[in-house]
Amino acid sequence: MRSATASAREKARQAVADATRWQTPELAFWAVAIAAIFLFPSRHLLLNEIAIVGLFALSIDLILGYAGIVSLGHAAFFGVGAYTAGLLAKAGIGEPVAGLAIAAAVAAAVGFATSFLVIRGSDLTRLMVTLSVALVFVEIANRFESITGGVDGLLGISMGPILGLFEFDFGGTTAYCYSLAVLFGMFLVARRLVRSPFGTSLRALKENRLRAGAIGIPTARRIVTIYTISASIAGVAGALLAQTTAFVSLEVLDFARSADGLLILVIGGSGYLYGGLLGAIAFALMRDALSSLTPAYWMFWMGAILVALVVVGRERVVAKFAAAVDRLRGSGS
Amino acid sequence: MNFALETKDLVMRFGGFVATNRVSLSVAPGARHALIGPNGAGKTTLVNLMAGVLTPTEGAILLDGRDITNAPVAARVGIGLARTFQINQIFATMSPLEAVSVAVSQRVGLGSSMFGRLSQMPEIVDESADILERLRLADVMDDRSDRLPYGKQRALELALALATRPKVLLLDEPAAGVPESERHEILEIVASLPREVSILLIEHDMDLVFSFAETITVLVQGAIFLEGSAQDIAADRRVREVYLGEAIDG
Amino acid sequence: MLTILFDGIAYGMLLFILAVGLSVTLGLMNFVNLAHGAFAMAGGYATVILMNGYGVPFLGSLPVSFLAAAAFGLVLERLLYRRMYQRSHLDQVLFSIGLVFMAVAATDFLMGSQQQIVRLPDWLRGRVEIAGVGIGAYRLFLVIVCGALVIVLQGILSRTRFGSQLRAAVDDTRVARGLGIPTGRIFAATFAIGSGLAGLGGALGAEILGLDPTFPLKFMLYFLIVVTVGGTATISGPFAAAILLGIADVAGKYYVPRLGAFIIYIFMLAVLILRPNGLFVRGGGR
Repeated sequence: MRSATASAREKARQAVADATRWQTPELAFWAVAIAAIFLFPSRHLLLNEIAIVGLFALSIDLILGYAGIVSLGHAAFFGVGAYTAGLLAKAGIGEPVAGLAIAAAVAAAVGFATSFLVIRGSDLTRLMVTLSVALVFVEIANRFESITGGVDGLLGISMGPILGLFEFDFGGTTAYCYSLAVLFGMFLVARRLVRSPFGTSLRALKENRLRAGAIGIPTARRIVTIYTISASIAGVAGALLAQTTAFVSLEVLDFARSADGLLILVIGGSGYLYGGLLGAIAFALMRDALSSLTPAYWMFWMGAILVALVVVGRERVVAKFAAAVDRLRGSGS
Repeated sequence: MNFALETKDLVMRFGGFVATNRVSLSVAPGARHALIGPNGAGKTTLVNLMAGVLTPTEGAILLDGRDITNAPVAARVGIGLARTFQINQIFATMSPLEAVSVAVSQRVGLGSSMFGRLSQMPEIVDESADILERLRLADVMDDRSDRLPYGKQRALELALALATRPKVLLLDEPAAGVPESERHEILEIVASLPREVSILLIEHDMDLVFSFAETITVLVQGAIFLEGSAQDIAADRRVREVYLGEAIDG
Repeated sequence: MLTILFDGIAYGMLLFILAVGLSVTLGLMNFVNLAHGAFAMAGGYATVILMNGYGVPFLGSLPVSFLAAAAFGLVLERLLYRRMYQRSHLDQVLFSIGLVFMAVAATDFLMGSQQQIVRLPDWLRGRVEIAGVGIGAYRLFLVIVCGALVIVLQGILSRTRFGSQLRAAVDDTRVARGLGIPTGRIFAATFAIGSGLAGLGGALGAEILGLDPTFPLKFMLYFLIVVTVGGTATISGPFAAAILLGIADVAGKYYVPRLGAFIIYIFMLAVLILRPNGLFVRGGGR
């Protein structure tokens, strides 16, 4: 009996150790992301955009894939971060990293304040609440034209060099390196977070909230925490966009941005962190290809992709893809 | 001395329907107490009131003398009240090890640790492994919970409750739906629970009730009909008429 | 003052006709259909095409807009929506957002992105004076038409066999199915009628709400407000919510134009926080 217990413990320790280990495909992913700096020297602007959109999708994954909260208004936090960074730069705080930190804090504050609205209620009420919170921010940005520039956007943002060292260039090389570094940093935080006891308890409450409460998990507090963190990361993504493009418009708060974020996650799959990143790449490639065919009607194709993905079944598509990856991995090792 | 768990004149109304009617029930420390009653007697409502899923219209609930009438579900678990569910409530895509370790980390206060790693918390992992071992889930600890056989899921249901190290355990039909071949395993586990845990068993199965319980409370139409030792209840003609009779007919 | 009240009521009634179908789909199938506005848009454009392209009079085009949107709804229900009823809310949301995007882009492609103008007949323009209150003739027309529709709907629901089957299915789909009620056919019929009403609303509302390809996105939240504030258990709930929303929106834009849509959003957020099941749901409920 004693030896049986020992082996159960050993088995458990082994399983726990395996769960946090970096897998080869993960390392390959980041190696490719870095190599892209040298592989595609003319596409740095696009790569920068992918990194930002990927970070935004990652922030949605934290609430959707790990806590099961459907949001139609995550652009609110993206926009808050973007405007914060833009306004700071206009106010003379042109150092990007400082701006990023402040934008993260402001977005976190807004996320915290609104998180109490998503604790209760059904999926439907959450959709409504998140959607209307985002709309309230659009209204605010619209009303306070003197500060935000209204529909014309926030012009005249001039960014200083990053940490006083690296100037932004027109080709977007600095921008991509900067965004990639921030993305990687945020990803490390998220990765650590979802594999911690906190992260596992989130998954538990996503799977079965009744049971999660019955093993003592304070579900409301967990939701407030992850919602705040997710809002903060979305804010960082927004700030990156403002800083690397030196422009903020009402588009950052748009419903389409929230919907894009969800679409990207659906393409890439939620609940394993890489979905947002892979989805962002696929999204950018598709948009590139489709909008060169019919530039004005990209929206139509995006809608068609969404419908097709959902009707055919995301699981089936993802499972096929995963099987292919498994086969590759199998032949590799 | 305080009762482990006590309800005082508990009333629960849903609109005009009285589901729980002035129930005063006391579970002694270390008790092996069963709550029986015909279908629709309000047993599950009573469990949900005690566990905090529902808030009573009137009355009070005390845990070891402490008023928990309005305490949230998670807070009750924190001070030693755990339950199992009549219908399995497990974390479908998580493994038994993950599920049990969540409950254990929460209990030891590390549930909100955001940057800690389970691999650096060997005491939590070991305790989880021990619980799984005890409930004969060690072999399947790494499988997806929703792919386990039903009897194993039932055992996991119990494991999750035990991982919170309860002082009082509410067992809502623990053997419901378990095939005969796996049934004795569940019953053995229930029988082997330590005496420090006071148990309130809600059950339909009379064999299980009489083999396990020392005290029995009979609930009929939301109110306590009778309470007494297992022998008294077994011998009581009214219980036979109201409940056992019905059980035999149905 | 009374004029604003009347305008608000007219606007509210219009919103009700637009949103009532959504309320039923949500209550009946528990389906979150964000694309409801697309059917309204289809009705609106049907009217525009008929009037401007074929010279059909306004009144004559209204029934056609109902039928066009209903047919559109029926086809989509049988082809696509039907498969989505059992899916998660997330899937339903993504699916219907996809439809909205397709509808917006397709309309833009076919009809152009400009505002469409519905030329009202002369007798619906101008104002009438009733008991000293000046009322837009078209607003009065809206109140009469929508009011009549509400009465007809209420009648169908409470008097006909279809109505009682529908109510049973809303109460408990599984039980209704067990009783031999053809829930699938009821779903389809209800979806078509709801879409048709939305289409009619889109046609009637083109004058007041405007009509361009972004219509489904612009009014998505308004429809959702009517449904969530009003609840899905009755049609009187959404009706009251729509009237309230109409009056609040018109009055808000008139008296405090600076605050604009804020009042509506804040009001809705407050309702959602305090009464997550809707303002007009009887206490207790579920």
